[in-house]
Amino acid sequence: MTLLGHFTYWATVFLMMTGLHVVISRGNLVKKLVGLGIFQTSVYLLYIGPGKLVGGTAPIVGPGIATYSNPLPHVLILTAIVVGVATLAVGLALVVRIREAYGTIEEDELLAADAEDD
Amino acid sequence: MKSDIILRVVAKILIPFALMFALYVQFHGDFGPGGGFQAGVIVAAAVVFYGVIFGLAAARRAVPEPLVESMVAAGVLVYAGVGVAGLLLGGNYLDYFVLDHDPVHGQHRGIFWVEVGVAITVSGVMLKIFYLFAGRGRGFEEDDGP
Amino acid sequence: MLAQHLPVLVAVVPLVAAPLIVVARSGFLGWVTALLVAAATTAMSAALLAQATASGTISYAIGSWPPPWGIEYRVDAANALVALLVSAVALVVVPYARRSVSAEVGQDRQYLFYALLMLCLAGLLGMALTGDAFNLFVFLEISSLSTYVLIALGRHRRALLAAYQYLVLGTTGATFYVIGVGLLYLATGTLNFADMAVRLADVRDARPLAAGLAFITAGIGLKLALFPLHAWLPNAYACAPSAVSAFVAATATKVSIYVLMRVYFSVFGVDAVFRDLPTGAILAVLSVAAMFAASAAAIVQPDLKRLLAFSSVGQVGYITLGISLGSAPGLAAAMAHVVNHGITKGALFLLAGAMALRLGGTGMDRVAGLARTMPVTAFAFVVGGLSLIGVPGTAGFASKWALVSAAIEAGRWWIAGAVLLSSLLAVAYVWRFVECAYFREPPAGAPDRDEAPADMTGPALALTAAVVAAGLFASPVLEASTRAAAALMGFAR
Repeated sequence: MTLLGHFTYWATVFLMMTGLHVVISRGNLVKKLVGLGIFQTSVYLLYIGPGKLVGGTAPIVGPGIATYSNPLPHVLILTAIVVGVATLAVGLALVVRIREAYGTIEEDELLAADAEDD
Repeated sequence: MKSDIILRVVAKILIPFALMFALYVQFHGDFGPGGGFQAGVIVAAAVVFYGVIFGLAAARRAVPEPLVESMVAAGVLVYAGVGVAGLLLGGNYLDYFVLDHDPVHGQHRGIFWVEVGVAITVSGVMLKIFYLFAGRGRGFEEDDGP
Repeated sequence: MLAQHLPVLVAVVPLVAAPLIVVARSGFLGWVTALLVAAATTAMSAALLAQATASGTISYAIGSWPPPWGIEYRVDAANALVALLVSAVALVVVPYARRSVSAEVGQDRQYLFYALLMLCLAGLLGMALTGDAFNLFVFLEISSLSTYVLIALGRHRRALLAAYQYLVLGTTGATFYVIGVGLLYLATGTLNFADMAVRLADVRDARPLAAGLAFITAGIGLKLALFPLHAWLPNAYACAPSAVSAFVAATATKVSIYVLMRVYFSVFGVDAVFRDLPTGAILAVLSVAAMFAASAAAIVQPDLKRLLAFSSVGQVGYITLGISLGSAPGLAAAMAHVVNHGITKGALFLLAGAMALRLGGTGMDRVAGLARTMPVTAFAFVVGGLSLIGVPGTAGFASKWALVSAAIEAGRWWIAGAVLLSSLLAVAYVWRFVECAYFREPPAGAPDRDEAPADMTGPALALTAAVVAAGLFASPVLEASTRAAAALMGFAR
C-alpha cells in the first residue's frame, strides 16, 4: 500500500533522474534540451501530486462541499510551465543560431571548433 | 500543401471555429476550465494552422510581424495597467477590490482584463516563435542547397 | 501617496519599461527610457533603504491580499541594500552602454538590448524584494532568461555556446531551487518566507527539510557560481557584450548570494543550518577551494575578461566563506564584500570594455603597452585590481579585513590564514596585467594616446572612484552591512 500510495513520488523521482541523466550524458544540444524538459516536468508532478486529495472536489465554496483539493499547486505549476516553455524557446533559438554559426550541434565537435579558434 | 483542395477547404472551415472556440475558452475561464493562456494558444494555433496550409508568406500577410511584436508588449502592458489602475484608485498594486464599488465585481473586472492581457501576450509570443523558427529554417535550407 | 508603494514600484517600473521600449522600436528612445528607469529605481531603492533603516521592516501586500495568503514584498535593511547596489550599477552601466552597444550590437537590435536589460533589472530587483519563495523563482527566471539572450548578443560565435551552456546549467539550478521550495511547501504549507520561518519550528520530521535545504543550496549555488558549480561563468562573462559583462558580473551572482543568505539565516535560522547540519563545514571547504583554484586559474588566462571572470569565482568564495562562519560578524563581512566586490568588478569590466572598444579585444597580447596608449584606463584598472587583492585604501580591503576579524572572532584561524594566502594569488593575476600594460611595448602601429570616449571612460572612472571612496571611508558600507546582517538574522515575525 505504501509503495502504491507513494506512486506519484516514484514517478517524480524516475522522471527527475531520467531528465538529469539525459542533460548530462547526451552531447547533442537538442537532446540536452529534451532532457531539461523532462527534468522540469518531474517538478510539475512533485507539486501537483500532493495537491490532490482522494475524494476532494474542485475548490469552490458551496453547500455540501467539505473536502477539496489544494488549488495553489496548479496555479504555481501553470506559471512554471510557462517559464519552461520560455526556456525551451530560448534554448532552441540558441541551438538554431549555433547550427548556423558552427554547422553542427554535437558538443564534442563544437568544443573542437572552439579550440581551433584559439 | 497549397494545392491540396481538401486541406484548403477544411482549413477555411475550421479556422473560424477555432477562433470562436478561443473566445469561448477566454470568457468561460471565469466559470470553468479556461482562461487567457489557453485562449491565446488556441488563437496562435489557428494562425499557425493557416500558415502550415497556405504558406508562411500568407500567414505573415494576415498577421504581420510588427503586429505580433506589439502584441507581445501590449499584453504585458494591459496586465501591468490593471496593477497601476489599482494603485491609482487608492489600493495596492494589482488590487482588484478597488476597481469597482462592489469588491466582488472589482475582482471580476480585474481578472477579466488581466486575462485579456495574458491572451494577447501568449498568442503574440507563440506566433513570434513560430515565425522565427519557420522562417529561419527555410532561409537556411536555401543557403545550403545546391 | 506614492511612498507606500515603493517596494513594488521598484520592480514594476523596469518591468513596464521593457514592453514600452519594444513598442517604441527605437534604440535611442530605449536608451533614454533605460536611463530614466535606472535613475528612478536607484532613487526608490535609496529611499527604501533609508526607510527600512529608520523604521524597520516594510511589508507590502500585492493585490491587498494579506500575507501569508497573498504575495508579500518585504523590505528590510538587507534586501534594500542589495536593491540599491543593483540599481546603482544599472545607473552607471546604462550611460556607458550607449556607445559600447552601438559598437558591439547590430543597429536594428539595439532597442531589444535595452528592453532585455530592463527585464533583467526587473528580475533582479524582484528577486531581492519579494518575500515569497515561488515569486522569487519567477523573477529568477525573468532575470536569467534575459541574461541568456544578452550574453548571446556577444560578437564572437562562442557567445552563443556560452549562452547555451549557461541556459542549461542555469535552468538546472533554478529547477533545483523549485524542488527545494516544493519540499518546504509540502512540509509547511506556505510559500511566504516569514511564515515559513515560523512554521518550520513545528515540523517534526527534519529529513524533508534537510533535503529541501540541500536542493536550494545546490540550485542557488549554481546561480551564484559556487565552486565547483561555476563552469558556466567564465565563458558567459568573457563572451558577453562589455556592458552586459559589467552589469551581470556586478549584480546577478550578488542577488543569488542574498537569496542564499535569506534562506539560511532568515527562513531556516542559524541553528538549523549550521548546528544541526554540516552546512558550514561544506561551504567553508568549497569557498576555500574557490579562493585558491579559481584565483590560480585566473593567473593563466590569455584574455583579460576571462581573468576577471575567474577572479569573480574566487571572490564569491570570500563571500560564501563569510556565510559559512554562521555568525553575525561573518554575515556582515559577507554582505560588505557583496557590495564592495560588486562595484569593484563592475568597474573592472567597464574598463575592460573601454579597452575592447579601442583595441578590438581584451587578449593579453592586445593590452600590451596599455599604459602608453590608454594611461588613464590602465591606471584605473590597476586601482580596481588593488581592490581585488585587498590593498588598504580600496573597497576590497575593508570587507576582507571584516572577514578576517570575523573568522578570528569565531576562532577559525585557518580561515584567516587562507584569506591572506589566497590574496597572494590575486597579486599574481593583477601583476600579469601590470606587467603587460606597463612593461611591454605597445604593438607596432599603435597610436600614441587613444583613450576611449568620455561617455564610456566617465562611468568607468566614476565606479573606480567609488571603489576608492568605499576603501577610504569604509564605515557606511560596513555599518549598512551590519544592519543588514541583523535584519537577516532577526527576520521571523
